[in-house]
Amino acid sequence: MSVVHSPNITAPAPAILLQQVCRHYRMGETLIRAVDGVTLAVQAGEFVALLGSSGSGKSSLLNLIAGLDRPTSGAVIVQQRNLAELSREDLAKYRLHTVGMVFQSFNLIASMTLAENVELPLRFAEVDRGKRDSLAREALERVGLQGRMKHRPSELSGGEQQRAALARALINRPKFLLADEPTGNLDSQTGTEILNMVRDFNQHLGMTVVMVTHERALAERYAQHLIFLADGKLVGDESNSSDPAAKGAAPAGTNGVLP
Amino acid sequence: MKLPDLTELAFRNLRESVLRNSLTTIGISVGVASLVAMLSLGIGLQQLASRRLMKSGLFDTVVVTSRRDLRNFNREEERSGPAPGESRILDEPTRVEIEHLPNVVEAYPDIRFITELRYEDKPHLTTIAALPESAKTNDAFEAVQGSFFSSDTAPEAILQKTFAEELLGRTPKSGLDETDVKQLAAPLLGKELTMRYAQREAQGALSPKASNAPSDGLSGGAYSVISREQKLKIVGVADLDPESMRGPTRARVFLPLKLAESLHVMQPTDLREISRTASDQPVYSSVSVRVKNPGRIQAVEDAIKKMGFNTFSILDASRSIQQFFKVLDVFLGIFGSLALAVAFIGIVNTLVMAILERRREIGIMKAIGASDGDVKKLFFAEAGAMGILGGVVGVALGWAIGQVINLGTNIYLKRQSFPPEHFWAVPWWLVLFAILFSFLVSLAAGLYPASRAARLDPVQALRYE
Repeated sequence: MSVVHSPNITAPAPAILLQQVCRHYRMGETLIRAVDGVTLAVQAGEFVALLGSSGSGKSSLLNLIAGLDRPTSGAVIVQQRNLAELSREDLAKYRLHTVGMVFQSFNLIASMTLAENVELPLRFAEVDRGKRDSLAREALERVGLQGRMKHRPSELSGGEQQRAALARALINRPKFLLADEPTGNLDSQTGTEILNMVRDFNQHLGMTVVMVTHERALAERYAQHLIFLADGKLVGDESNSSDPAAKGAAPAGTNGVLP
Repeated sequence: MKLPDLTELAFRNLRESVLRNSLTTIGISVGVASLVAMLSLGIGLQQLASRRLMKSGLFDTVVVTSRRDLRNFNREEERSGPAPGESRILDEPTRVEIEHLPNVVEAYPDIRFITELRYEDKPHLTTIAALPESAKTNDAFEAVQGSFFSSDTAPEAILQKTFAEELLGRTPKSGLDETDVKQLAAPLLGKELTMRYAQREAQGALSPKASNAPSDGLSGGAYSVISREQKLKIVGVADLDPESMRGPTRARVFLPLKLAESLHVMQPTDLREISRTASDQPVYSSVSVRVKNPGRIQAVEDAIKKMGFNTFSILDASRSIQQFFKVLDVFLGIFGSLALAVAFIGIVNTLVMAILERRREIGIMKAIGASDGDVKKLFFAEAGAMGILGGVVGVALGWAIGQVINLGTNIYLKRQSFPPEHFWAVPWWLVLFAILFSFLVSLAAGLYPASRAARLDPVQALRYE
């Protein structure tokens, strides 16, 4: 395990710390630098937005934090553990217990009912069947889908599917919620509903949220900490200037997509 | 992941693409069926053969002779162990002793003598042998025309077919079939034969039973020989070839064993034993020992040899027959497995297809915390489930194929007027073996697809719709 160097000596150790993280891969002859020397820190309990245009490397960065991918170089340190040094087995356990993920395309398994989808992580965690049922019910109630337990994903609206995905992400009570364009496939009203739920998890379950988005307006409305990426490089790391506590406020930034 | 969950998910996934998985499972079933069919044919033929051999009485019988006999009819016997002079006598106490050895079913003396039989006042000289009651189940006497002896002491006789021909004054011809034996039996059954024989009797203990022949005692120091007669009823005619049979069945007229013993017929060995025995106690030229099963022959032979007698069995012949069937089984198994090898490729193909199709699903499972092992086990479980299903269906199919072929063959045999045969056997261990084999083959087929699925990069798998 790596020694953690906090960029800010006075602050407590950050929950997520990226140090000179690079993720390069080869596509034919060309070397693609999806993530290129990013260093940043996320404090426990923060709601962070990773902003950037398509191909800026924000999703690649999220995959590194999620333990789905390994950096070419650098360290990804979550809760004082360097993910780059974990075995495949330990990385799977990390994904199972420490982080929960939601995606733009929901990624529910089509052949399973909502209840089965939501309890799937519990099967991997080898939780007993009886306990699984009650936990899945509880999680679906939290996102307002208690009446849809026996439905298949294809029978639901996009918003309902994303709510089910949120229920699945929090079923193992992870410390981190990682969201990759969670509202990308939803209309703005449904998107707002989803993000209100994410904020609820952040504020009431104490989950640290890292959300990838290309919509600055949304980011400014919900996140306390904005990180800007372009061409795999960090181009901005700032606290949200508009007051994140003013929940009902109109979007502060209207310039939309960043360079 | 726990086993029940794994099984549940595997069956769910199999149901999702039911057509492809059913076809693959049918492929396995056909493979297992051909394996089961081939092996049950091999096992069935082996059982048929050993049933036949068992019935012939050759493979479970040890013939015991005294080492004192230098010449024992025209048999070539192995001669080893102590010199003949030190050997023991094969008498009644010894027979009882042998009968009480472990794995011995019975030990009966081979009583055989040459004497005169009168039929319709014409004398016929022939060899007579005694048969134990157990010979009833012997293959050779199963097809007897008429019946077997009504009891072990009944004054009855079974004729060998050439002797029946002789009695009827017919010229013997080769290649008699059943109907001819029937024709021979018809005029003879129930008729009476008179046997004249020499009875040996200890001196001074003349039988109180009045003899209907003059007792011209042949003085031999210890016992006398009395000429006697015994009436016998013909109860059966057997279709036996005397030259092909060994031991007790090598004769032309057969009497019940207990009857033959009670007659105390003078035997060739008696003269040789004159100096040894002065009593009424019979001495046997040889004793046939029936063993529980052919596998125990060696042990029984060793035990009897230790007692100081010569033994003979056709153990070696049965050994090489068993070896032949083992080789046959292996060959049939290999041919049966070929179909399973094709099924193996089918499973690999199906699972590799499933990985391509379920790339995204695998990616999702990994993203929410499935380990490589979980994904691998899931594909293994699917392969294993197909294997067990295919195995069960295949065993049923193979059994059905066997029944149909057996039925068809028996219809054919009936038309050719042969008795029906049961040459198809599916023992329970073959059922278990076939299902287990199918399961293991399927798991082996799942090895490559499962590890490929486990290695799948979740980022790649989730990238595309």
